[in-house]
Amino acid sequence: MTIKSMRDALNEALHHEFERDPRVFLIGEDVGGFEKDGQPVEIGGVFGVSKGLYRKYGRKRVIDAPISEAAIIGAASGAALCGMRPIAEIMFADLTAVCFDQIVNQIAKFRYMFGGQCACPVVIRMTTGGGRNAGAQHSQTFYPIFTSFPGLKVVVPSNAYDAKGLLITAIRDEDPVIFFEPKVLYTEKCEVPDEAYAIPFGEAAMPREGEDVTLVAFGQSVNWAVQAADELRATRGIRCDVIDPRTPSPLDEETILESVAATGRLVVIDESPPRCGLTADVAALVADKGFRDLKAPIKTVTAPHTPVPQARELERAYLPNPRRIIAAVEEVLA
Amino acid sequence: MTHDGLLRAYRRLRLLREFEERTRVEFQTGQIAGFTHLYAGMEAIAVGVCEHLTDEDRIISTHRGHGHCLAKGCDPAAMMLELWGSTDGLCRGKGGTMHIADFSRGMLGANAVVGAGAPIAVGAALASAMTGGTWVAVSFVGDGGTNIGSVYEAMNLAVVLKLPKIFVIEDNGWGEMTPIADVAGNRDLAARAAAMGMPAVSVDGVDFFAVHAAAGEAIARARRGGGPSTIVASAPRFYGHHEGDPQLYRSREEVAELRRREDCLPRFIGRVTAEGILSADEIAAVDADIARIMDDAVAKAKAGPRPVPADVHEHVYARYR
Repeated sequence: MTIKSMRDALNEALHHEFERDPRVFLIGEDVGGFEKDGQPVEIGGVFGVSKGLYRKYGRKRVIDAPISEAAIIGAASGAALCGMRPIAEIMFADLTAVCFDQIVNQIAKFRYMFGGQCACPVVIRMTTGGGRNAGAQHSQTFYPIFTSFPGLKVVVPSNAYDAKGLLITAIRDEDPVIFFEPKVLYTEKCEVPDEAYAIPFGEAAMPREGEDVTLVAFGQSVNWAVQAADELRATRGIRCDVIDPRTPSPLDEETILESVAATGRLVVIDESPPRCGLTADVAALVADKGFRDLKAPIKTVTAPHTPVPQARELERAYLPNPRRIIAAVEEVLA
Repeated sequence: MTHDGLLRAYRRLRLLREFEERTRVEFQTGQIAGFTHLYAGMEAIAVGVCEHLTDEDRIISTHRGHGHCLAKGCDPAAMMLELWGSTDGLCRGKGGTMHIADFSRGMLGANAVVGAGAPIAVGAALASAMTGGTWVAVSFVGDGGTNIGSVYEAMNLAVVLKLPKIFVIEDNGWGEMTPIADVAGNRDLAARAAAMGMPAVSVDGVDFFAVHAAAGEAIARARRGGGPSTIVASAPRFYGHHEGDPQLYRSREEVAELRRREDCLPRFIGRVTAEGILSADEIAAVDADIARIMDDAVAKAKAGPRPVPADVHEHVYARYR
């Protein structure tokens, strides 16, 4: 057990699974490398998540693709239909907009529209979210959109430990998995075992426990929720359950409903815009199945209904933060 | 080709034609729900290509997919059951006319999104290359599909990775209801494909033998590791874009003329009988057999078991956890 960054934890997961299963391969832009004067030149991904794979496994299993997202996803899904276990990398979640058909009309529906004849065990990894001042086209989350599609599973880890275990589960899963990697968390570190381990989908983590308010958060918002919970406890004696569903699809409804049954108060946090997102989804779940447990109206903390701005001051204003979460907790306790 | 090979090809051609003629009749009487797109007129393309393929080879089709399914060996009764939405259909009634698939035959699905099959078939070809297989992947795309960007993404990736992939462009002159000449900056569709860096040929898609020869060369090249290629085959579409299309964009006379001059079946029969390879009796026997097979397929479809509402929830995931 050592302290590792999320980047290194994800990298380890890839190495474990490449080693375990020869059907596993990676295809994406800049994920591998090339030969120059007979010597390998490794790229290993623009964020370094696939480092070492090209040197160890070569071009055959670490495929540097042209900047052709539809072809990348099609190549992965077609190979999956023929028995392979592809991992496709899309550099930024925003760019799935150019291969949306291949994901939502094709991969998500093969098993269903072909009457259960096939599985499509493909993993599509991508970076997600704001915090790097990357502007409107390189900072969106997109996991709410994919969560709305039956046939897909959706994962968004909030820490290095979960990232490794969830990616291993994703690669071993029979169904298509859209795997979101919050780009600001690549350098965040925690204890991560050296060996391979799998974290089951549909089981929330609860990084903080408390009986006063339930906080449900996704991706990097989990860390803001934890900071808010720690501050509320230290300064005011308010105790919060912090629930990290880890997989928006399948969603661990039981853990959320049980917590709300105990606290009677719910704040849902995500860095996506407010409409048709995961905050609205969780709020609707509790309104539908846990309404009688509520002692106060549900509050949500989200980005505004705007694109993601670039300037530091503007992106700071755009993203949720612990202060806004604390204010929401105060409202549900008022 | 041998006598038996030609007899088999003729059976397939006739089966494809009769399946569509019968589907049209049943659709018009309201037996079949949804949209349907008939392949009649283009049979020599699917059969000319698929006669070279085994069950291990993979194909992906289009919204106009019945012909490709049959040419790849799908059972006509199981297909008709699927058109009817029966749970005994190839996709248990979940797919219907535009999503027929039979993985046991290497048929990875008709596809209702124009051009979308090309990148997926590249993935099938990639699996063949990665596992050291000698099987190939074929995508069928219409002329309209040659204006879809992802088709060129797929072609480029297949060339870059030198995959055993054949792109068959079926040029019936119409992208739905718009003449291809009005929407193609370069009407030479083979030149477009060749520009991606692969061999590309144009053939008369009404002539089974022309398609068969071109496909044989392309598939043999792919099998021996020579990489992808494109075949553009031109053939008429005897019916509208979909059943119910009033075809205001062309006259009845024009269609009748196409049927007189550009029908692959009489063309095939004329040649094989003139050369004395198949007899008129053999042709008649096949026709009678296919008529019986289609009667049987429709009877089975009409009597097929129906889905129940709970079936909506089946087959979304292997396991939702």
